Amino acid sequence: MKIGILALQGAVREHRNALHKLGVETVDVLNPEDLEGIDGLVLPGGESTTMGKLLVRYKLLEPIAELGRKGLPIFGTCTGLILLSKNINGSDQYRIGLMDTFVERNAYGRQLASFEADIPIPALGDEPFHTVFIRAPYIDKVEGTAKALLTYEGKILLAEQDNLLVSAFHPELTDDTRIHAYFLNKIKK
Amino acid sequence: MTDIKKETGTFKVKTGLAEMLKGGVIMDVVNPEQAKIAEEAGAVAVMALERVPSDIRAQGGVARMSDPEMIIGIQNAVSIPVMAKARIGHIVEARLLEALDVDFIDESEVLTPADDVYHILKSEYKVPFVCGARNLGEALRRIGEGAAMIRTKGEAGTGDVVEAVRHIRQVNEDIQRVVSASPMELMTIAKDLGAPYELILKVKELGRLPVVNFAAGGIATPADAALMMVLGCDGVFVGSGIFKSDNPAKRAKAIVEAVAHYKDAKLIAEVSKGLGDAMRGQSVAQMDDKDKLAGRGW
Repeated sequence: MKIGILALQGAVREHRNALHKLGVETVDVLNPEDLEGIDGLVLPGGESTTMGKLLVRYKLLEPIAELGRKGLPIFGTCTGLILLSKNINGSDQYRIGLMDTFVERNAYGRQLASFEADIPIPALGDEPFHTVFIRAPYIDKVEGTAKALLTYEGKILLAEQDNLLVSAFHPELTDDTRIHAYFLNKIKK
Repeated sequence: MTDIKKETGTFKVKTGLAEMLKGGVIMDVVNPEQAKIAEEAGAVAVMALERVPSDIRAQGGVARMSDPEMIIGIQNAVSIPVMAKARIGHIVEARLLEALDVDFIDESEVLTPADDVYHILKSEYKVPFVCGARNLGEALRRIGEGAAMIRTKGEAGTGDVVEAVRHIRQVNEDIQRVVSASPMELMTIAKDLGAPYELILKVKELGRLPVVNFAAGGIATPADAALMMVLGCDGVFVGSGIFKSDNPAKRAKAIVEAVAHYKDAKLIAEVSKGLGDAMRGQSVAQMDDKDKLAGRGW
């Protein structure tokens, strides 16, 4: 199994480490040809405006959207969650736009509002997940086949839709690989 | 879920923001218009300051924290993180910037130091700090005080990359020394470098700095920016290099692309075409030591 990690900018190294821990081969995606032969794709955290622009400039946006529509499993964290959403409140920034989600950017405020907390996530079992939120977005609401996996304080923080998985927090900044493993299960299916 | 405790201002969330900036370019801007150009070019953050380093050099005088109104104007103009500079040791400027809700504070040698003995105890703040360093010892002293991100000092406002190269090479050399040392040698290395022993152990374990390390100080071209990435930096600050050049918007975009694709010489050659003149700059080798900013702080 080979997972591509979008490597234009952001927390690439951390996702690579998490996937290697699960025994999976990874490849950095910088150009469209890097998408060939991958079984899944990770969109890491970073700056969503920067990443959106680079996706367009390097002609990656449309190929990734096409692969996603054909069923390639894609996991987006933070920026990745924003890029995968069809709707970004109050913004016309570039996006891949595959999920029936409504996203609020920098929803908690600036860096001083960034936080960490242990939150139970039923889909992952009894042990709470240590979540790290950095200038994080959240999902207001989901439609269609999109489904919330974690709702906390009325905000959707982990969601999936068929082959797609998104989190508002950064599992790659912790040693807990349960969400990465949950994503890999979408490939095995 | 009533007993969930949210913790803000932890070292984890501070370093977490730095991790998200990796592979990106942070640009110096002096007004909202420049901030918008930077964001449009693909900057991951902007550094709000009153004068870019080359103007501080040219005009002289005391360089201080920026006008809060200007910082707020920039915060309102862009959605990317906004950083701002405080003078070395100026604990009140730092508190003001924290109160302004900036995303990162640069305790910077580019401004005139307020304290010639002590740096800010950065662990006492909720806002993250980035600090300059010329070698591993200096980097680890700043991290020991709570810095969540390091940058090379380079020589700001010169457009001459030689000092930034010297500093990252020195950091790399020092890290290699720690990595190849036997455990019994580490305390002596800590003493030689003037670095906290626990952080030397951390470097030994990780094989790199325990926080993100950006390049700064003299980067003027896409090739300069890519050079710093090749040498192992996690990203790049560009100060005077953009808005003191002929075509800031085009140069800013080219530098962003050169950092994202720093191993792709063909692409960097392509984006370097027709950028107009880079900032004129000033060779560090021709400068008197008293005119160098990197010697500020310890």
